[in-house]
Amino acid sequence: MKYLLMITMNPAVLDPLTEQERTAIFEAHEAFQAPLRETGELVGSATLADPSNSTTVKVRDGVPVVTDGPYLESKEFLAGFYVVDCETIDRANELAALIPDAALTGIEVRPVMGTSGLEM
Amino acid sequence: MNAGDVSTETLLRELAPQVLGALVRRYGHFDASEDAVQEALLAASVQWPEQGMPDSPRGWLITVASRRLTDQLRSEEARRKREETVFALEPAEQAAPAPGDEQPPDSDDTLTLLFLCCHPELSPPSQVALTLRAVGGLTTAQIATAFLVPEATMAQRISRAKQRIKQTGTRFELPPDAERTDRLRVVLHVLYLIFNEGYTATSGPELQRVELAAEAIRLARAVRQLLPDDGEVAGLLALMLLTHARRAARALPDGTLVPLAEQDRSTWDRRAIDEGVALITETLARAPVGPYQLQAAIAAVHAEAPKADETDWPQILGLYQILERLAPNPMVTLNHAVALAMVEGPQAGLDRLATLDDDKRVAKHHRLDAVRAHLHEMAGDTAAARAAYRAAARRTTSLPEQRYLESRASRLID
Repeated sequence: MKYLLMITMNPAVLDPLTEQERTAIFEAHEAFQAPLRETGELVGSATLADPSNSTTVKVRDGVPVVTDGPYLESKEFLAGFYVVDCETIDRANELAALIPDAALTGIEVRPVMGTSGLEM
Repeated sequence: MNAGDVSTETLLRELAPQVLGALVRRYGHFDASEDAVQEALLAASVQWPEQGMPDSPRGWLITVASRRLTDQLRSEEARRKREETVFALEPAEQAAPAPGDEQPPDSDDTLTLLFLCCHPELSPPSQVALTLRAVGGLTTAQIATAFLVPEATMAQRISRAKQRIKQTGTRFELPPDAERTDRLRVVLHVLYLIFNEGYTATSGPELQRVELAAEAIRLARAVRQLLPDDGEVAGLLALMLLTHARRAARALPDGTLVPLAEQDRSTWDRRAIDEGVALITETLARAPVGPYQLQAAIAAVHAEAPKADETDWPQILGLYQILERLAPNPMVTLNHAVALAMVEGPQAGLDRLATLDDDKRVAKHHRLDAVRAHLHEMAGDTAAARAAYRAAARRTTSLPEQRYLESRASRLID
């Protein structure tokens, strides 16, 4: 089963970090990924730019309107994600706990919908 | 792909486990031999359609794979020597392979390979991946596509599985008699997983996927040929045939799932049904009964009903009662509850479902909600049915199931 591990960030958490702490987080991400490549559990990942770079697109009456900034008005934002393929939700939770950001904010673990289905 | 390519691929996949078996017997090194066989299969798939089939395809593959393997082993040896700066020993000369293989095809190797790939120390996904590659002769890319993961991810999974087998020190031979039954059960479960993975795939990008269900049937046939007396092997093959027979009816072209009761039975594959029914009938008459045989028997009763409302539910109920005694698990109880509802009325089914509410394995599973919804609908309790369908739709992680459950819910009007 594939899971999306969502890394939520918050400027109040991010801003006070020292250079050293940021480097440590960066290195911890590297350290997190290496064994997952080894086990064949890592499917994909991305780090997202700051939400100040976002545009939001809305279509109203068939007309697209593009505005600067994120859609959700919240201090928290999605900073990045991993997609992992694990045998159990317990394993996915275990992996989430190894993401360095889990110690700062929280990692949301959500199953990815599959395209196969059983006869009912 | 033209017909020539198809027949080359079919032949290559049949030969894959035989060639691998021959290499492992000769040189050991399951891990490296498996890589070498993959390279030889690839070379053949490119060369044969262009240059024609060699006189002995099996011998050709063994020769090419042996050459790759010995080259690799030599270069590893050379590297090790350089690293150690030791020059004393020449590598022991490997016996050069004969141009055509001298030994007759040893079909037992396929079984030995299956036992090895389905080693109990491996996780089920690793067993599945390794079986498809080493026994099924599929490429890593094909397996990766089938499981919708990147090729590098699948390659890593397969390579790790091979390392794990190496660590266990398992020899290339059939497991001892005392372990045979348990080990065979694992093999059958792996084939069942491969089948289900293929069977549940519906539309869209899945169309590009290797026919995993057909592959599972092919492997089950191979096992049955090797173990013709085993009732559960026959039962599993019959179950696959009878289930696969419904493939054209189980989803609409847009991927919408069609429940068994509403399927267009004229599109069921009669030949597969006839084969499955004959197989399970013959097997039940002679072998000690087992869970796969019972599930096949249930599938046969469904297959033999000309219309859904002519289904022999009392017989299905009886079969579920035996299955629940023999191999109790909550999914069996769920299906048992449906049969009970069809024979004794929806309330009897709902009462049976209530026994699962405290069962951690299934209490939060969408199928419990889905079956409950169905039985409420049968009982005419529209509000309860709708709520249960919605709950099931929220819990499932399958898109087609979710669409089906949502549509059932919205179809219900007070």
